[in-house]
Amino acid sequence: MGPSFELSPEQTEIRATCREFATEVVAPRAAEWDRSSEFPLQVVLQMGQLGLFGLPFPESVGGAGAGFLSYLLALEEIARADASLAITLEAGVSLGIAPIFRYGTEEQRHRYLPELCSGRRLWAFGLTEPEAGSDAGATRTRARPEGEEFVVDGTKCFITNSGTAITAGVTITARTGSGEGRGGISALLVESGTEGFRVAPAYRKLGWHASDTHELSFSSCRVPRANLLGREGGGLGQFLDALEAGRVAIAALSVGVAQACLDASLEQAQRRRQFGRPLSRFQAIQLKLADMATRIELSRLMVWRAGALVDQGRRAGRYASMAKLQASETATWCANQALQIHGGSGFMEDLPVARYYRDVKVNEIGEGTSEVQRLIIASHLLGLGGSVSKLLDEGGG
Amino acid sequence: MKVAVLVKQIPDPSGAGRLDGSHRLVREGVEVVLDPGDAYGVEAALRVAEASSGEVVAISMGPERALEAIRKALSMGAGSGLLVTDPRLLGSDALATARVLARAVERSGAELLIGCTESTDGYTGTVPAAIAELLGWPALTFAKQLEVEGGRVRIQRQTASGHDLVEAEAPAVVTVTGGINEPRYPTLKGIMAARSKPVEQLGLDDLGIDPASVGEAGAGQLVSSVEPVPERSSGELIEADGAAARRLADYLAELKLV
Repeated sequence: MGPSFELSPEQTEIRATCREFATEVVAPRAAEWDRSSEFPLQVVLQMGQLGLFGLPFPESVGGAGAGFLSYLLALEEIARADASLAITLEAGVSLGIAPIFRYGTEEQRHRYLPELCSGRRLWAFGLTEPEAGSDAGATRTRARPEGEEFVVDGTKCFITNSGTAITAGVTITARTGSGEGRGGISALLVESGTEGFRVAPAYRKLGWHASDTHELSFSSCRVPRANLLGREGGGLGQFLDALEAGRVAIAALSVGVAQACLDASLEQAQRRRQFGRPLSRFQAIQLKLADMATRIELSRLMVWRAGALVDQGRRAGRYASMAKLQASETATWCANQALQIHGGSGFMEDLPVARYYRDVKVNEIGEGTSEVQRLIIASHLLGLGGSVSKLLDEGGG
Repeated sequence: MKVAVLVKQIPDPSGAGRLDGSHRLVREGVEVVLDPGDAYGVEAALRVAEASSGEVVAISMGPERALEAIRKALSMGAGSGLLVTDPRLLGSDALATARVLARAVERSGAELLIGCTESTDGYTGTVPAAIAELLGWPALTFAKQLEVEGGRVRIQRQTASGHDLVEAEAPAVVTVTGGINEPRYPTLKGIMAARSKPVEQLGLDDLGIDPASVGEAGAGQLVSSVEPVPERSSGELIEADGAAARRLADYLAELKLV
């Protein structure tokens, strides 16, 4: 994509196809899944058949070779219909598949990627712990080397896609070294069903009800050494890399929900009449609609900008953080405006706006909070390369 | 079996269509899409081809932009495309269009031609039958079901009260209704792969068609005037005044619906 901001014919077609799928297959049932907190397995499998999970990966590993920006377009369209399914896709691709694609050995790629890219199986990603969230360096889960195995003990929380009927496993960070520093953290592939790996019952959440989220615990869980992903001691750096592109994906998802809020608001403003005329004839409402549309377009451009950098093989760096910060805060703001425009009916669960309002907040938290995004941006501005720990060491010294 | 399918790029039917001074649909500067009816034809063609290890060729006539309609068929799974595009085709009527498409079908080597019953923009509904006549192939129209077995083509032709069973030997022309199948979504891999599938672009000279027989020059049909469809009356309003349910029931009973 050049400065013309024109999508390629393939990108346009991919977006149109995803929009059609989202409108016809996802949107009509999103409210039902939200109410029942059901993980819509059949539709996730259909998304796999459509080719969504392999979209940005090359054909050599079972992908479509359509690039990162195409994936972002797809996420926006799915999120516009249902944020839960969008996060299922985002976590599956950005957190599940991407690290294996990027750091896996030939054997690991061969073993996992074809199934994951086809969407027949899902892979999860476990970084967060009760005591380690934004401060990922505080990871406590241990993986003690013993012969040809690691013995894993610890707990991971809020892990998306970790307990579905098609979950094949999870990549976790764990301390393989003896020290307490950031360097002793490695990434391990743990397959579902491994003895000592337990998946707790699903969380009850404010939003994203149809997304599958669990706490995972590991107790004397033996994992072959061959399941080390990437360099021993390189686990944290790898995860931070994965999170960088993932941030752009969360930003795209946020744009989708924000757009859904605007769509619903436009419809409501033209349908609902008060004082003898539609709401859309009141300037107070017009200004809200214009502000929503402007902020959404700004967010979308930042998503495309960051996505284009990834497609050029460059680091999205500060642009990834800026896109996520801008888009997620815009989405929350738009959901708030949308609910206000809907008035009392927006507070009822009969219309989708209430769901958007509940679903949207977590975008300011997951894969790096808004506060952490600001720290990363500041770290770039201050010449510290986006490292939050350096910023805290120096800034707080 | 090699199956040809007719596809057409039309102004998005969900938008407001406009006519120009000569009563033709304005096709420039508007959103265009693959005729939604054609998606059923493409799906039907793909199913026949898949069952016979054959291949689908998507055929269209139109400006170069019609390539997008062909690409859509390719991304759904068609193997190749054939676009007849020539400035001298502008203003062609239905018969001239059929002349051109018949040549294109011959050239493709297909033994079965599938189209939808009528386009969603022009609605003449005559092109497929005219192609059949020009090729000397039997025309099996209004199919709500299609089976091809060993060169024998069998359809259920939709009628007002049910269906007729119609059979013919291939080569043949079949038109399909919207009830025949549920068109697949193009896969995202398919969209990427469509880029590298072959699409042949031909002009009148390549097909040996006399320019005088097509376009404005060859049009035997002239649209002399266009009238808007009369507005439907708003129907009968039943006020909710306590007896409404009974009046509604009586009304339905009168129509023998209950």
